[in-house]
Amino acid sequence: MKYVTETIVLAVGAFIALLGAAFAQDRLFEAHMWVLFFVLLASTLFMIRRISFAPVIASRSSEHDDGYFDEVIRYGVIATVFWGVVGFLVGVVVAAQLAFPDLNIEPWLNFGRVRPLHTSAVIFAFCGNALIATSFYVVQRTSRARLFGGNLGWFVFWGYQLFIVMAATGYLLGITQGREYAEPEWYVDIWLTVVWVAYLIAFLGTILTRKEPHIYVANWFFLAFIVTVAMLHIVNNLAVPVSFLGVKSYSAFSGVQDALTQWWYGHNAVGFFLTAGFLGMMYYFVPKQVNRPVYSYRLSIIHFWALIFMYIWAGPHHLHYTALPDWAQTLGMVFSIMLWMPSWGGMINGLMTLQGAWDKIRTDPIVRMMVMAIAFYGMATFEGPMMSIKSVNSLSHYTDWTIGHVHSGALGWNGLITFGAVYFLVPKLWNRERLYSIRMVNWHFWLATLGIVIYAAVMWVAGIQQGLMWREYDEQGFLVYSFAETIAAMFPYYVLRAVGGGLFLLGALIMAYNVTMTILGYQRDEAPIPGATPALQPAE
Amino acid sequence: METYTAMRHFADSWALLAMTLFFLAVVAFVFRPGARKAAERAAEIPLKED
Repeated sequence: MKYVTETIVLAVGAFIALLGAAFAQDRLFEAHMWVLFFVLLASTLFMIRRISFAPVIASRSSEHDDGYFDEVIRYGVIATVFWGVVGFLVGVVVAAQLAFPDLNIEPWLNFGRVRPLHTSAVIFAFCGNALIATSFYVVQRTSRARLFGGNLGWFVFWGYQLFIVMAATGYLLGITQGREYAEPEWYVDIWLTVVWVAYLIAFLGTILTRKEPHIYVANWFFLAFIVTVAMLHIVNNLAVPVSFLGVKSYSAFSGVQDALTQWWYGHNAVGFFLTAGFLGMMYYFVPKQVNRPVYSYRLSIIHFWALIFMYIWAGPHHLHYTALPDWAQTLGMVFSIMLWMPSWGGMINGLMTLQGAWDKIRTDPIVRMMVMAIAFYGMATFEGPMMSIKSVNSLSHYTDWTIGHVHSGALGWNGLITFGAVYFLVPKLWNRERLYSIRMVNWHFWLATLGIVIYAAVMWVAGIQQGLMWREYDEQGFLVYSFAETIAAMFPYYVLRAVGGGLFLLGALIMAYNVTMTILGYQRDEAPIPGATPALQPAE
Repeated sequence: METYTAMRHFADSWALLAMTLFFLAVVAFVFRPGARKAAERAAEIPLKED
C-alpha cells in the first residue's frame, strides 16, 4: 500500500484549499486558493492511480534498495531543464516588452507582473532545482550514503515545485509583497520554510550518516547555502498578515530598517543561493569532468570560510546615497571590495584544476562550458565590487549597467555551470554511454556565450549612457534631458538585449532537445570533436 | 542602554574579535603539520567512485 498517507494528505490539502477559497477575505486570495485547489486535486487523482494494492510483504521486498536515491535527481534534472527554458523565454518576453511597450498585455502580462515571474523562474525554479538535484547527487556520492529520510527527498522536490507554481501564479494575479526576489506573500513563504527545513534534514542527515570520514568541501558550500538561505528567508519575510484568509501582510520592520533587511536578504540571496551553492557544484563537477582532484584543497577551505564571513556584510551597497547611515554604506562597500580575494581565490582554484589537462578545453565542450562559467564568475565578481564603490555607484545605480552585471553573473556563471552539470549528469543518471550529441553541446556553448557577450556589452553601453544623461546639467544648472528622452535613447540597446537573450534561449532549447534524446536512448551519428579521441599511430 | 546601542557595541567589539579569531584559527588549522597529506586524501573523494 505505497503512497496511501501521501495521497490522503494531498486530498486533505485540496479540501483545505477549497475552504480557503470559500471563506477568502479578498478576491486575490480566493483566486489563488482555487489555483492551489486544482493543483492539489490533480495531484491527488494522479496519486490514487499510483497506489499499489499488492500485499505488504511482496511490495516491501521489491522496494528495498541499498543504492543511491537517484530517481528524485532524475526528476530534478528534468525540472531544471524545463524551468530553465521557461525562465529564459519569459526573460526574452520582458526584454521585448521594454523595447516595444505594446507587448504589455493588461492585466496579467504587463511588465510589472512578468518581470518577477522571470527573475523567480530563473533564480528559484531553474537555479533552485539545479541546486537541489546536484546537492542530492553530490552529498550521496561524497558521503557514500543513501539520501537520508526515505521519501523526504520526494517531499522536498514536489514541495518545491508547488512553491514555484504558487509563486508564479501569484505574480500573474498581482499578489506581491514588493520585496525584490522575495515577492511571494506570507502563506507561500510559510510553505517554502516547511520545504526548506525538510531539505536541510535530508541533506544534513545524509552528512551525519556518511560512511566517508571527511566531509568533502562541496558539501560545506551546499550546507552553508541551505542554512543561510533558511535564515535570510525567515528574517526578511517576518510579516503580520492582515487576515489569515487574505493575501496582504505588513513587514515587521519599517523605514530604513526594512530596506536594509531586504538588501541584506537580497545580496545574500546572490551570495549564498547563486554563489555558495554553485561553488559546491564547481568543486564536484569540474574535478569529475576533467578527472583530476581540485587544484588546492586547502585553498578551498580558506575560500569557504572567507567567502561566508564576508558576503553577509555586503548588502548595504544596494543602498548607497539613501537614508541608510553613512557608516553602514561604507561598511557594505568595504566588505564588497574585500570579497575580491575569496572570489578570485575560488576562481583560480577552479581554473587551475585543469592543470595538466588544458587540452580538454579544446576537445571537450562540457569542460569548455565549465571553464567559461568560472571565467564569468571571475568577471562578475570583479565588476560587482567595483560597482559597489560609492563614486562608481553614483553613476551605475538604477541604470541598465546593474542589469548587465547581474546577467553576466546569472547567465555566465550560474547558467553555464548548470548546463555543464546537466550534461555530466544525464548520461550517468540514465545509464547512457554518452550524450545524444556532443556537437550540439558545442553549439549550445557558442550560442550561450555569444548571447551573454552581446547582452553584457549592450547593457554596459546603455547603462553608462543612461547614467551620464541623467546627470547632465546645462550652464544654468538645469537638467538637459527629461526622463522620457533617456528612455527613448535606450531603444536600440533594448532591441539588441532581446537578441542576446534570444541566442541564449536558443542554446537552451538545443540543450532540452539533446537531453530529451539522451534520456530516450538515442545517439546522434556524428563526427567526433577533433582531438577528443587519441589519433591512431600508423604501424612503422 | 538602549537595546540597539548595546547590541551594536557588542557586534563591533567582542563579536568582531571572536569572528576574526575563529577565521585565523581556521587558517592556522589548514596549515597545521600533516595538513597537506590530509588535504590530498580529501581532494580524491569525488574521484574514488563512479
